[in-house]
Amino acid sequence: MPEIPALLCEGLSYRYGDHLALDGIGLRVDRGEIFGLLGPNGAGKTTTLRIANTLLPLQEGRIEVLGFDVRRSQMAVRRRIGYVPQQLSIEAALTGRQNVTWFARLFDVPRAERRERVDEALETMGLGESADRLAGTYSGGMVRRLELAQALVNRPELLILDEPTVGLDPVARDGVWQRVEELREATGMSVVLTTHYMEEAEILCDRVALLHLGRIVATGTPAELELRLGPDASLEDVFRHFTGNDLDAQGDAAPSIRSIRATRRTARRVG
Amino acid sequence: MASQASRIGTATLREPSIWRQFPSRVVTFCIVELQKLSHDRTEAFTRAVQPVLWLVIFGETFNRLHAIPTGGVRYLDFLAPGIIAQSSMFVAIFYGIQIIWERDAGVLTKLLATPTPRAALIIGKSFAAGIRAMIQVVVVLVVSSLLGVTLTLNPLRIAGACLFVLMGSAFFACLSMTIAGVVLKRDRLMGIGQMITMPLFFASNALYPVAIMPGWLRAISRVNPLTYEVDALRGLLIDTPSNLALDFGVLTVAVVAGITTASMLIGRLAR
Repeated sequence: MPEIPALLCEGLSYRYGDHLALDGIGLRVDRGEIFGLLGPNGAGKTTTLRIANTLLPLQEGRIEVLGFDVRRSQMAVRRRIGYVPQQLSIEAALTGRQNVTWFARLFDVPRAERRERVDEALETMGLGESADRLAGTYSGGMVRRLELAQALVNRPELLILDEPTVGLDPVARDGVWQRVEELREATGMSVVLTTHYMEEAEILCDRVALLHLGRIVATGTPAELELRLGPDASLEDVFRHFTGNDLDAQGDAAPSIRSIRATRRTARRVG
Repeated sequence: MASQASRIGTATLREPSIWRQFPSRVVTFCIVELQKLSHDRTEAFTRAVQPVLWLVIFGETFNRLHAIPTGGVRYLDFLAPGIIAQSSMFVAIFYGIQIIWERDAGVLTKLLATPTPRAALIIGKSFAAGIRAMIQVVVVLVVSSLLGVTLTLNPLRIAGACLFVLMGSAFFACLSMTIAGVVLKRDRLMGIGQMITMPLFFASNALYPVAIMPGWLRAISRVNPLTYEVDALRGLLIDTPSNLALDFGVLTVAVVAGITTASMLIGRLAR
């Protein structure tokens, strides 16, 4: 029996009004894989993740998460995934532990196991000591790790991370990579992440897909993709080769003012 | 789909029945609301100022004027239940701001990606608004007994009054979240909130009996849920003639309608 993939997309398209954000995407992420969706801003990375985690309705095509159809089995999909959005988002007026316990309750973690699981998630993310401080006092890197703890408390089989390290300093970024890597080692969980840091993809991802203007232009291991261009090519060269020149796509694919503002606001809030 | 049972780690995942899930979510959101309140008590105090002013200044003055025919009841006694309803409505009607704040902070997207049906999220939030309203109930009850209002001491009647306050707050919180789902912006919600609170208050029997209103105002007050809440509170707390069954029926219909529309619109805040 072939193994059920962690994520399977076929002919996935999505429109915002008359803007075609995804144009017939096909993807397969196997169990235990760390899979990177790369692409410039506006390429459709976040849209893909948001259809997979049921935040956006499926318009066209097929998408299965851990074998569950997102349209027919919404709750089953949600119950089995952990999701960390791009924006740093925690309840600043609650402590770290209260933030995680809140999500344990929302995922129906049985009361008898709740405390243990919350502690476990906080420990795994290295937040054991600061768990009882208000989350509003956390640094950006700690907030991100707290969000990972929230996403882990239901012991998901698939972790969906949208730009997990955007806005973090290099040390905090290393911290997040290390935790994700450790998690995969320890639990064999599958991870799908989006990023536009090529370094991140190179270090973390088993396989990547390059997304450009709503289409997948290349898929493979980072090494395979690099070899396609030449012996000395970096993933960054691959990226440039497939997407034109710079990391930001032109025209209507450029980041919206709103997303830039949201990023700045987040950066300001978490100091 | 046939091999669901063979999946690693999923065998222990039970889907809780909807009858367990809804109450569990309501409890969760109430706990989180209490935790937030316990970390920041200033709001509870600042919110208490207005109802105290209404009772002490407006109430005391009109108590002396004998300008409003209250059917033999002291005006302060007549006013106290009205102020309970009014101040809890004020709390609830700005509750939608919190949901827009959660949206801007990215928390709402995470909540919507948990196995929480939208209606359960709305109901949970409505009751959480009711928790805040309970503080108003306590404040008004304490202040009015200091002012010599002869309120009931029957715990059953007080519990009944709390139930009506919860229902009223739930309705106005849903109204607020519905508006939030339509306007999507905090400032606009503030504006609309300010625009409708006073008319809702004045077009009710909170300050004066329906009988002395001009016909057009009476018509408005007949469709204003606040009127029914006040009627019930008066009946329960100061034992004036009231139609509890009708009040309960109207508020139930209002709450169900509010939950339905707010649940349908909440998804707009996630896109």
